[in-house]
Amino acid sequence: MSDSGDFQLDAFAVDVRALLSTTVASLYSHLITRPTGRAVRMAIESQIEEIPGPAISMVDFSSVAVLDYSCADEVVAKLLLGLRDGGSVRSDVYVYFRGLQSFHREPIEAVLERHALYAVVEADSGGAELMGPVSEPVGSLWTAVEEAGQVPGPRLEGWLRGRGLRSADLERLVASRSLFRHPFRGDIYALSELSGLLAARPEDSSGSQDSPEPNGRDHTS
Amino acid sequence: MKVLEVPSSLDYRGIEELMAKAVTVEPDKLLLDGRHTRFVDPAGMIGLLGVGRFLQSRGAERVRLQMDPASEVSGYLARMGFYQAASGIFEVDAPPERARGRSSDVLLEITPIAENQDVHALVEHVQERAGSILSRTLHYPPSAVVQFSVILSEVCQNILEHAGAPGWVAAQTYQWSRRLGRQVLVIAVGDLGRGFRGSLESEHAGRFGARWSDSTALEAAFIHGLTRFPDQGRGQGIQQIRKQVRRWGGVIAVRSGSARIADTSEWEEFPPLEDGLADFPGAWITILLPEADPEGGK
Repeated sequence: MSDSGDFQLDAFAVDVRALLSTTVASLYSHLITRPTGRAVRMAIESQIEEIPGPAISMVDFSSVAVLDYSCADEVVAKLLLGLRDGGSVRSDVYVYFRGLQSFHREPIEAVLERHALYAVVEADSGGAELMGPVSEPVGSLWTAVEEAGQVPGPRLEGWLRGRGLRSADLERLVASRSLFRHPFRGDIYALSELSGLLAARPEDSSGSQDSPEPNGRDHTS
Repeated sequence: MKVLEVPSSLDYRGIEELMAKAVTVEPDKLLLDGRHTRFVDPAGMIGLLGVGRFLQSRGAERVRLQMDPASEVSGYLARMGFYQAASGIFEVDAPPERARGRSSDVLLEITPIAENQDVHALVEHVQERAGSILSRTLHYPPSAVVQFSVILSEVCQNILEHAGAPGWVAAQTYQWSRRLGRQVLVIAVGDLGRGFRGSLESEHAGRFGARWSDSTALEAAFIHGLTRFPDQGRGQGIQQIRKQVRRWGGVIAVRSGSARIADTSEWEEFPPLEDGLADFPGAWITILLPEADPEGGK
């Protein structure tokens, strides 16, 4: 890592259903009850702790058939709270939720609303979506970055001004880990852009000076 | 031996009568006479178990339950696993044998809930048959089976998180010809734990002062989502259950201590809040879900 921009970002995939089987009990196939959710979240957090540097965690719900509110609170809300407020989870990790089906959305929306949290999720269309109690200006800013993919740091101020967007809203999105800011250059990345970059690169890639150097890892159990 | 007559209709309304008798009777040698009982629903069955356990806890030396062995009710209780659950609570004269294997017409037999894994087992178990009952009998969309599972999970966790005592759950569908002219799914969950007032008391009684009661505790939990936990994420389960029950045009009622609170409907008019009921311990939740309106309602 140096200040010239060759910053390295790791990626790791978490299959929630597989984690449920290995950490809680192989007999359980549903993400229900608070103790189960707590165990799954702690397993995700311990995987995060094993990553040496900054990382994006792609948490996949596609094999989860039932998700209740208690589990959504433990797995989604408490994980995001830990990232936003510090505490048990490192602050240099971002979470991108994937594989959400319609029946996952309601419990997740409810817990995000309750805790005033945002979550970046893969949309059905393949792009990303910001879930949670998002105000219009914050949503517009997030969508603009999502459409752009990335905004270079030196051009950021003008880019915001030209679109009537506020830097305070940008800070809020960065603090909530809904957008990634390159620590040296100040470039802003949509998490979907990062996950796409990471997915496209071989594991031994040396990266380039134009993007965070992504290393794809698969931590699926 | 003292005799308590079991109501002829032992449902979510009839059980109230039995609870009222149970809290006033001198615990002694007791006979619960159910020979004239002609209808029973999950709330009645679970409530009956609760009454038996309550009488035991008050020191009743012996509690006998007598049903008419030739009645349909007795056979139905056997299919719902009542006599198995009642073992250790009631002495039952010659209970009918439970048919081997699962009964195809039963949605969810009486199931004890004492720990986390019981909720997992319950949701796994109910998935197969809930799908067909919800779609064929209640004409709910296929996605309803997930929402139904979530309701069961959350309502059972209420026992584990707040009661501090084991409980039971059961569910079954009935044809409500007179009242509604449609099928209704009845879900009942009950426990003899500390109740809503007991659960919330240490955290919230102070701010209510002299107004603190079973009914204010129920309002705090049911309407405002308060729990005894400082964690902001708690208390959502019951709120989300209420929301889903409303979407399906159903009713949810929670009885605890001497009060009951309910989200009601035009076809089953529970008072929104009742006080002054018999002071019976624990929490008793009844959910009624009607068959989807063929005219394109729920």
